[in-house]
Amino acid sequence: MKGILKIAFKLLVNDRGKFATLIVGITFAVFLMVQMTSVFAGILSKASATIINIGSSVWVMDPAVNNPLNSIQLPDYILDAVRSINGVNYAVPLYSGTSLVKLRDGTYQPCSVLGLDDSSLVGRPELIQGNIQDIFADNGFIVVKDEEFAKLENPTIGTTFELNDHRGVVVGIAKVATSGLFGIPTLYTTFTRAIQYIPSPRFTMAYILVEPKSAADIPHIKAEVAKAGYLALTNKEFQQRVADYYKYQTGVGTNILVMTLISFLVGLSICGQTFYTFVLENMEKFGALKAIGAKGYELVYMILFQALSTGVTGYGLGIGLSSLLIFVAKQKVPNYAAVITFFNLALAFAMVLVIVAVSSYIAVRKVIKIEPFEIFRG
Amino acid sequence: MTEAAVQAIELVKWFGTEEIKTYAVRGISFEANYGEMLYIVGPSGSGKTTLLSMISGILRPNSGRVLVKGKEIWTLPPNDIADFRLNNIGFVFQDYHLFPKLTTLENVAIPLILKKQDWDESLRIAGEYLEIVGLQDRATLTPTKLSGGEQQRVALARAIASRPDILIFDEPTASLDGATGRMIISFVKEQLLNEHRCILIVTHDARIYEYGDRIIQMEDGRIVKITSGGLREE
Ligand SMILES: Nc1ncnc2c1ncn2[C@@H]1O[C@H](COP(=O)(O)OP(=O)(O)OP(=O)(O)O)[C@@H](O)[C@H]1O
Ligand SMILES: [Mg+2]
Repeated sequence: MKGILKIAFKLLVNDRGKFATLIVGITFAVFLMVQMTSVFAGILSKASATIINIGSSVWVMDPAVNNPLNSIQLPDYILDAVRSINGVNYAVPLYSGTSLVKLRDGTYQPCSVLGLDDSSLVGRPELIQGNIQDIFADNGFIVVKDEEFAKLENPTIGTTFELNDHRGVVVGIAKVATSGLFGIPTLYTTFTRAIQYIPSPRFTMAYILVEPKSAADIPHIKAEVAKAGYLALTNKEFQQRVADYYKYQTGVGTNILVMTLISFLVGLSICGQTFYTFVLENMEKFGALKAIGAKGYELVYMILFQALSTGVTGYGLGIGLSSLLIFVAKQKVPNYAAVITFFNLALAFAMVLVIVAVSSYIAVRKVIKIEPFEIFRG
Repeated sequence: MTEAAVQAIELVKWFGTEEIKTYAVRGISFEANYGEMLYIVGPSGSGKTTLLSMISGILRPNSGRVLVKGKEIWTLPPNDIADFRLNNIGFVFQDYHLFPKLTTLENVAIPLILKKQDWDESLRIAGEYLEIVGLQDRATLTPTKLSGGEQQRVALARAIASRPDILIFDEPTASLDGATGRMIISFVKEQLLNEHRCILIVTHDARIYEYGDRIIQMEDGRIVKITSGGLREE
C-alpha cells in the first residue's frame, strides 16, 4: 500500500503546474477563512471585554441588554431582591458608563468608566502600579494600561485630568485581560464617585454582580431574577449573548460569514477543477494501472491520498501565512483585533476537509468508472 | 505441463442492448500453448481486441469460458481477477500507456509495487528488466524523453517485470516504423519466449508475421483460419 501511495504522490507532485495551483488554491482559501474568522473572534472578544475583565460569575441585567457598553440602568430595589435570593453569597452593583475626559492640554477624550462597589471593590483589576486602596483617595481613578493608554497621553501616578468639571487623579495603573472594541481608554473608580462625577439618570446600577454560594445555585438564582422581570446570565452566557448580538443583529457577523463562505467556494472551485483536470489527464494511466491489476479501492486510496496531502499542505501554509500577517499587523496596529482561536483552526480544517472530500469525490467517481477495456481499445 | 496456457471455449461478446445486439465475438474457441507465440490477425473491427480482453480478464464475456493456466478466470470475484492479472499476465498496449511524470525505472517497477513489494526492492528489480531491454542508461529519464521504440521497450520491461507466464500485446508495433517493429518482436521472440511462457499478439502488421508460431485469422467475430509456422504476406 505504501508503494502505490508513493506513486500517487509522485504523480501529483511531478505535475508541477497543477500541484502548485492546488496548493495555492487551498492556501489562499485557508488564509482568507482564518483571517476572516480570527478578525471576527477578535472583535467578539473585545466586545466582551468588560465581562471578561470584571469576571463576575453571574450578571444581573435588564433583559434588553445585548452589549456590555449599552447597559440599561436597574432600579435600586432589585439589588435587595437579588441579595435575598437563596444561594446568593453576595451581590454588588456595578456602574458602567462613558464620559468625556478633558486632558491637560485641553483636548477631550471619551473614556469608558467602571464604578466598583465601594465596600467590596468586586471586579477590581490587577494593578501594575499603585495601591488599590488609593481608589478611595480624593478624586482617585485607576487607568487601564492597554492599547488605548496613549490616548490619555500616557499618564503616570499623579497625573490629573478633568471629568465634568471634577478633578481626577491617576492613583493606579492596571492591566486587564482584554481591551475594549471601541478604541477608548478605560477608567476604574468607586461606584459612589462614578455617580457623583458623571450625570446619571434616575437609576444608576448598570449590572448587579452576583457570586452564588455554589454553581448548583445558579439555576435557582436565574429563575428568581426572571420572576422579577430581569435577566441573570453566567459569565459565559453573557459573552455568548454579546457574540450572538454581533453575529446576528449587526452586519458584522453576516458579512464575515459571507466572506468566509466565498473564500471557501473559491478554494473549492480552484481545487475541484484542478483535481478533476488532473484525473482526466491521467485517466488512461489509471486505466492501464487497472488493466495491470490495480484494484478499484487502490485507485481510490491513491486519489484520496493525493487530495488529502495537498489539503493538509495547503492548510499548513494558509495557517502559517495568516499567523504571520496577524503577527506583523499587531506590531504595526496595536488595536488590530484578530485572534486565531482553536475554533477558527478547526473550522478552516473542516472546510479543507470538505474541499478535499468534494474534489476527490469528483475524481473518484471518474476513476471508478474507468474500463480498462476502453484503454486497451485505444 | 500438459494443459494449455490459455484456453478459450465458445466465447461470445456483444455490445449494445438486449434488443439491438452488435456481436463483436461470435463463439470462438482455441488454445494457446506454453512456449508459443500466437498471433491474432484480421481486419479492423473483426473483434481481436475484444477477444484478447476477454482472455486476459479485462472484459467479461456474455457467454463462454476462459481458462488461463488451468484456472477458470471468469468465475472469480473481480478483485481476484485483478490479482490474477497482476500475477500471471503482462500487458503491452499500442500506446504504451507509460506514466509521463514518473521515471522509466519507476514505470517498470509499477507491477512490482502493485504486488506490494518494497519500494527499493521494486526499483532494483525494475533496473534488471530495464537492462534486459537495453535501457539501463535511461533509468532516470521520463518516458517523454525517449523515442517510440524505446518507450515500447520500457512498456515491455514493465510487462515482464513481475515475471508473468502470459504476455498479451495489442498492436505492439503499430506506432513504430518497420525496422523498429521487427527489432522489438524479434527481441520478444528471442529473449522473452521460453517453455514456461505463452505470448499472444494482436497485430495488423504484416511485416512481423514471420515471427508467429501460429496465426489465428479472424473475420467478423469468427476464426476463419489457423495457420502454423511463420506466414509470409501473400
Ligand atoms: N464498447 C463498445 N460498444 C459498442 N461496440 C463496440 C464496443 N467495443 C467494441 N465494439 C465493436 O466490436 C467490434 C470489434 O471491436 P474490436 O475493437 O475488438 O475490433 P479489432 O479487431 O480490435 O479492431 P482494430 O483492428 O481496429 O483494433 C467492432 O465492430 C466494434 O465497433
Ligand atoms: Mg483492436
